[in-house]
Amino acid sequence: MVPLSYYLVLSGILFACGVAGFLIKRNIITIFMSIELMLNGVNLSFVAFAAHWKVLAGQIFVFFILVVAAAEAAVGLAIIIAIYRTRETLNVDQVNLLKL
Amino acid sequence: MISVHLLLFLAFGGVAVAGAVNLLVQRHPINSALSLIAVMAALAGEYLLLGAEFVAALQVIVYAGAIMVLFVFVIMLLNAGEEERTSGSRVAILFGVPGMLLGSLLVAWVVLRHSGTEAVAVGALPGSPKTIGQMLFHEFLLPFEVTSILILIAIMGAVVLASKPTVAGSPPKKVND
Repeated sequence: MVPLSYYLVLSGILFACGVAGFLIKRNIITIFMSIELMLNGVNLSFVAFAAHWKVLAGQIFVFFILVVAAAEAAVGLAIIIAIYRTRETLNVDQVNLLKL
Repeated sequence: MISVHLLLFLAFGGVAVAGAVNLLVQRHPINSALSLIAVMAALAGEYLLLGAEFVAALQVIVYAGAIMVLFVFVIMLLNAGEEERTSGSRVAILFGVPGMLLGSLLVAWVVLRHSGTEAVAVGALPGSPKTIGQMLFHEFLLPFEVTSILILIAIMGAVVLASKPTVAGSPPKKVND
């Protein structure tokens, strides 16, 4: 038997790692992966709360977050490909102008 | 006395945290992607401990399978190399790492202190595909249909964004030029 708070602490650590990666990393693909890490941390807390209060809706929400993450990955990676095609770089520090 | 459940939780949690930290430390994006896959597999184990079989299967199939394959594919397509450190990233490390430690310590302290800390039993909730499907197609039918529209828009957006840009008014270029 694991207390609910342990799951929440783990989910908080994963979310914090995601935030730190989002701020520290300079490669746009790695920044995008940090966002996925944050979504995973949130998913864990959803499932833990669902099991704790015996409400199945929490797992349904995880399903929807998964769908949104898949859509986001498809569109985001397409945007990354478009950025690379026009600027030939993946470093976010060099992508700082709206016009070419 | 440590129960088997707690032991498994600690093992999977340790793998997840180690993978998350490794994602931050690695400089090459392909290494970060592989450690993110490890995080997702460990989280699938945590979901099984919580009795959410369907979500665990989805985690492996959709996240670790489909989404991460897309990531790895794009990394290889763009031939992404090691990222170089810039002054902006040094400042971010200077503030980001202590901020992350402080934030997770604060969250851990608050959660451990102010929670009832009742234990979550193994399989306390039947998260089988049958029950999930019944809920999804009765109570959550409208959100389900809306997500299908979202997926459709995402497909079209991805195709439009990733296709070769053409100048407005001119016919699309031949592929072999």
